[in-house]
Amino acid sequence: MEKLKQIQGTIVAIPVNDIDTDQIIPARFLKVTDKNGLGKAAFCDWRYLEDGATPNPDFILNNPAYAGASVLIAGNNFGCGSSREHAPWALIGAGFKAVISTEFADIFRNNALKNGLLPVIVDEETQQQLFSLADEDPDTSVSVDVEAQRLTLPDGRQIQFPLDGFSKYCLLNGADQLGYLLNLDAEVRDFEARNPQRVETTA
Amino acid sequence: MTDNGNPRTLFEKVWSAHTVRDQSEDSPAVLYIDLHLVHEVTSPQAFSMLRDRGLMVRRPDLTIGTMDHSTPTTPRNEQGIIPVADAMAAKQLDTFTRNCGDFGIPMYALGDEHQGIVHVIGPEKGLTQPGMTIVCGDSHTSTHGAFGALAFGIGTSEVGHVLATQTLLQNKPKTMAVNVEGKLEEGVTAKDIILAIIARIGIGGGTGHVFEYRGEAIRGLGMEGRMTVCNMSIEGGARAGMVAPDDTTFEYISGREHAPSGADWEAALAKWRRLPTDDEAEYDQEISLRAEELIPMITYGTNPGMGMPITAAVPAPDDESDYNKKTALDKALAYMDLQPGQKLLGKPIDVVFIGSCTNSRISDLRQAAKFIEGRQVAESVRMMVVPGSQQVKRQAESEGLDAVFRAAGAEWREAGCSMCIAMNGDQLAPGQYAVSTSNRNFEGRQGKGGRTFLASPLTAAASAVAGVVSDPRAML
Ligand code: SF4
Repeated sequence: MEKLKQIQGTIVAIPVNDIDTDQIIPARFLKVTDKNGLGKAAFCDWRYLEDGATPNPDFILNNPAYAGASVLIAGNNFGCGSSREHAPWALIGAGFKAVISTEFADIFRNNALKNGLLPVIVDEETQQQLFSLADEDPDTSVSVDVEAQRLTLPDGRQIQFPLDGFSKYCLLNGADQLGYLLNLDAEVRDFEARNPQRVETTA
Repeated sequence: MTDNGNPRTLFEKVWSAHTVRDQSEDSPAVLYIDLHLVHEVTSPQAFSMLRDRGLMVRRPDLTIGTMDHSTPTTPRNEQGIIPVADAMAAKQLDTFTRNCGDFGIPMYALGDEHQGIVHVIGPEKGLTQPGMTIVCGDSHTSTHGAFGALAFGIGTSEVGHVLATQTLLQNKPKTMAVNVEGKLEEGVTAKDIILAIIARIGIGGGTGHVFEYRGEAIRGLGMEGRMTVCNMSIEGGARAGMVAPDDTTFEYISGREHAPSGADWEAALAKWRRLPTDDEAEYDQEISLRAEELIPMITYGTNPGMGMPITAAVPAPDDESDYNKKTALDKALAYMDLQPGQKLLGKPIDVVFIGSCTNSRISDLRQAAKFIEGRQVAESVRMMVVPGSQQVKRQAESEGLDAVFRAAGAEWREAGCSMCIAMNGDQLAPGQYAVSTSNRNFEGRQGKGGRTFLASPLTAAASAVAGVVSDPRAML
């Protein structure tokens, strides 16, 4: 994972509540065996008309004015549904570095953080303000300081957002969590010695 | 079993028995995982990561694989093989076979006598037991909580963490007691309980929590009904749902392939009996429902929280004061092509799907078959019955249920996820309406443009016969 300290980018809004992972990436794209190239599948069924090929002119991500946006503003409870990590992979592939919402589904948030896609939680008023800003001016840009856990709006207003210390450390240092777990080998052995296993699948 | 005299919940007991390292300011807790289930869709990138870093699977003996999501459910050919027509699916299945082989993980391949949906085979093989921690790269891992296990879905990076270390970094969730007191009326099932709970709290209502389902109505369910309830905890936003183990649980496990036996069984029982929540223990939140007030439920919208009693009318967006909720409802009704105030009873449907990790076990099939016996599926309806595992399929066939379904005009398929996720070619055509016993009615979930009404197996069977959305109670 690359280090993530600052994000500066233009915004695009999908003001829909409860966007589930089946919308972020439909299941038929999950037959892949790697992570690459999923950007074009992001929001596929909203992005294309029924034939699956003609871009839907009404869908915001097809509007050239918003091309290059790297911060997605979404309705409440973003990323609910399945555990597919293909959802953050697809969003990253589509150029996003952060998603701003009032609430994220647990598994999505975990998956996003492990891939350097930052979930930014804001209050409803800020969310609505961002919806309006995105709508009024496609060049609206925001900045995010990961270390300070601070989102800065175009009018200079600064908003703190929650981020657990461990995820923050990993983002800032580009560290992956597996390295941390591998270092605990002695403790894990100790635990195993004290706790006999419950089942044996190979038996 | 109190800890320093502190009363604890079922969740807290299982959690604390598995913390290798406690949560601190700087890092989440490190949790030991007793059982790791893997399937073909969410694992390939995790195995690639192990290869890239030269790592082994730490405990293949605590890991088990099965093929379920991208597998066809079409009949076997003359050689007894289930042919895979889709090249990408075939590659994914081959990759899975190679990964499990290279890393020494036992695996049930397509068509194997033990193969099936990952959340159906864990319990049926006796691998799912009380007090365990169980994970899988699949959100419906919550199903296994029916046994008093702490079971939850994880992402592919975390699948890699568990494969390599048998541990997981987790922030401790909060707890929510979900009390369902009273007795269910005839024709009302476990599926209706969970759909009513989700309709009440909303699809994000349980975010950050583990549910514990309690009360007389939950105790009164068999293990398969409890699995149906726990299965859809994730649809209420909770990652896990649990039911305290009791005699119903022990009876189900006893004698299964991986269940303890002899003196080990007695020792396990003694431990399991200490798991239920202590009397004085507190939850972070609590909600309550009365079972006798429930009637069959159905969803009308595009997430499982948009559900209602089957006799009710579709709500009107204009009655919704919250702007976000109003737009969500507008969008859902447009997708479903439904009108505010419309009743779903009597609405013509195209497909009925009985299957998925929510409702594909033997008791679900028995219930549907009993209803269907001597009746015919309406001409206008395609009805698919997809058993959750090869074992369920064999059991159903030995009881003659397949013959009942076939005689009524339904399709009897091989085991797998099938039209729950529509990855394998079993899917709705754009615009079609389905009554499904699965767990998700998201846009396109059962095929692009397809429209899903979630309901119980009984409601699904009644609707198949009538050709329209129907209340099974009127036809029992
Ligand atoms: S049956 Fe459906 S919900 Fe269950 S594991 Fe398969 S795809 Fe997921």
